[in-house]
Amino acid sequence: MKRFIQFVIDFLRSGFTGGVLFWAWMLFLSFFIMLWGYGEFVQIRDGMIVTGLNDQVSWGFYLANFVFMVGVAAAAVTVVFPAYVYKHRELHRIVVLGEMLAIAAVIMCLLFVTAHMGRPDRLWHIFPVIGIFNWPHAMLTWDVLVLTGYLLLNIVGGFYFLYKKYSDAELNKAFYLSVVYIAIVWALSIHTVTAFLINTMPARPMWFHSMMPIKFITTAFAAGPSLIIIVFLLVRRFTPLKIADEAFHVLSQIVVWCLGIALFLTLSEIVTELYPSTEHSLGLQYLMFGHHGLNSLVPFFWTAMVLMIGGFILLLIPKVRKNLMALPFICIAVFIGIYIEKGVGLMLPGVTPTPIGEFAEYTPSSIEFMVVGGIWAIGFFILTVLIKGASGVLLSEVRYTEKASPSIRGEQTRPATI
Amino acid sequence: MSKEETKVKGPNGTSRRDFLRKAGSYTAASLSGTAMLLSDPKPAKATANVSWAEHFQKNYRLMTDEEKKEAVTRLEHRYSEEFGKKVEVDDAPAMDGVLFGYALNIQKCIGCRRCVKACVAENNQSRGENQQIEWIRVLRMEKGKFSAEDRDRQGYPEDYGVQVGGNAYKPAGVVLEGQHYYEPDLVPEKDAFYLPMQCMQCEKPPCVKVCPVRTTYRDPDGIVVIDYNWCIGCRMCIGACPYWARRFNWGEPDLPAQEMNPDTHYLGNRPRMKGVVEKCTFCVQRTRKGRWTACVEVCPVGARKMGNLLDPESDVRKVLASKKVFRLRADLNTYPKFFYFME
Repeated sequence: MKRFIQFVIDFLRSGFTGGVLFWAWMLFLSFFIMLWGYGEFVQIRDGMIVTGLNDQVSWGFYLANFVFMVGVAAAAVTVVFPAYVYKHRELHRIVVLGEMLAIAAVIMCLLFVTAHMGRPDRLWHIFPVIGIFNWPHAMLTWDVLVLTGYLLLNIVGGFYFLYKKYSDAELNKAFYLSVVYIAIVWALSIHTVTAFLINTMPARPMWFHSMMPIKFITTAFAAGPSLIIIVFLLVRRFTPLKIADEAFHVLSQIVVWCLGIALFLTLSEIVTELYPSTEHSLGLQYLMFGHHGLNSLVPFFWTAMVLMIGGFILLLIPKVRKNLMALPFICIAVFIGIYIEKGVGLMLPGVTPTPIGEFAEYTPSSIEFMVVGGIWAIGFFILTVLIKGASGVLLSEVRYTEKASPSIRGEQTRPATI
Repeated sequence: MSKEETKVKGPNGTSRRDFLRKAGSYTAASLSGTAMLLSDPKPAKATANVSWAEHFQKNYRLMTDEEKKEAVTRLEHRYSEEFGKKVEVDDAPAMDGVLFGYALNIQKCIGCRRCVKACVAENNQSRGENQQIEWIRVLRMEKGKFSAEDRDRQGYPEDYGVQVGGNAYKPAGVVLEGQHYYEPDLVPEKDAFYLPMQCMQCEKPPCVKVCPVRTTYRDPDGIVVIDYNWCIGCRMCIGACPYWARRFNWGEPDLPAQEMNPDTHYLGNRPRMKGVVEKCTFCVQRTRKGRWTACVEVCPVGARKMGNLLDPESDVRKVLASKKVFRLRADLNTYPKFFYFME
């Protein structure tokens, strides 16, 4: 037990140690976290009226970000899966970083849902035993189950591994591997259930199709590894942890194929909906072409398309894909493209027009931007600390010693700058 | 003013305590003023005296009879204080052998919206500039018409997109088949008919299915009700409702004390709080006492009928037996108990 407490202290100490650049980054994030605090305060005090949401568009920016982040969380599996199932050596070394990313992403998801709730003070109503958990009827309860389960699996799996490494002990393979394999399947479930959350409502025809889960998963496995590539490149740049080029090649291949399938599915949806052009396709038409001058989503949709298609074509070229200077920029483009396509580009046309056919434009309010930006900052804050701590352990800089005082000892002499 | 205070009255006729109190409140006022400048000013007056017990009460359906009584008394005290009148909160359960149904004659409806107004007054909806909630929406449906001049050169209304219903020539921001923003000087208008919509009290309500905390449920008399104190405001039900019947309290409801209807029901028209969903309850506070709903009562043309579906002699059963009846979105298998009919 003493050793575990020491581990937590050492891990956090390593996570919060850094140079000027590190502290500047954390300060930068803290500024946005403060805005989040202010935004949440105003929203809880005055109600959701401070958002841009209304009777017509009652789901908006918060849930859009939620859906997207669930995908990013699930995408940790793109590191874990090749590492364990295909015994990919390079990814195997850094697999725990993927788990750290999943932890940060799930925490963001939970914060987005809380921000979306009209009565966050009554969150306990949904907890089993003290509240009522409408399971198995309500899809939202399934989502709560799979998300918290996934969070726990990643915390247990990731920190068990780190703790054993920290104390220089042997992993209990049977335990650890079962956690890993369950987490792999579980990752698919979180995104599938999130798709079911919105595609099981015939009142919203744009979402009401069975392609939603697979489309969610493919876009997630394109956007997620894109982010992971960027994070890993940063890790490689700013910490002594070595990540082989090969790891990036695997990830960029996953991005390109999943992106290709996602684009194919998008195209299928467009043809299926627009060819007969029933009333049920009005949401998609509104997204793509606007409706009688209500076209605030149109530029976003086409930007997303350009970014995704452009990214796909570039990544198809092996020379470009393997160029680690160009890769992060393509990854950013893909990430932003999917963020738009699967965020507001999915949420808003789903609720527009309303069931009685009314079109209403929605723009997030400044409070919504503060809260969303703040949650992203919280995510990056947690991710930075977790990655720094984890890479410290991986590098054996952070190790258990019998002394009461923590010891930072490592083979590397260069101090970490981030 | 008590005797003691009279003794320490200052030269200006104000007691020291008064002065301190005033000074204190000035300080508090200026402090909160600063806070208000920093944020949007909107004191949460209605939530100020909500007791801890109310925060931590159980879901209404799971309460024992005593707990229900307690909750109801607690609310009666709070509302009476807040609105300055004797407020009664009813907790009448569903009656045995009753299944409420509703029938609306679209041939008769003249679109006067008296039902909307009566509903707002009866059911204590939020009103005013900031947040206006109406449980009934009257759609103005354009009568089928054809005018050669309205066609564009191709004979197809391209500028306005796909031809849908009678509304393809209308500009942006309105609904497809009908719209609820009409404001004529006189109703009924020549070229329109009207289709009021409200909660359909479905037998298989999608909203109930998706609610993660079972705060909304179907009572045995067929009315879908909401425990406002249990709602977490996730708005899943709003997404799932195919009839756009549910409304959310985006901010603190604006309900002037003098306009507040003190005859309330726990599951019906008692004042709501911000962040919860509400909708038509067939005036549960009235119908469970054998009265008509407010909309039925006020309708000047008698277009609205309601009654017990289990009673063959009820108005609604007679309509079902003798008129041409249809329901909205029957394809979704929600089995609404709200029927539309024609002669």
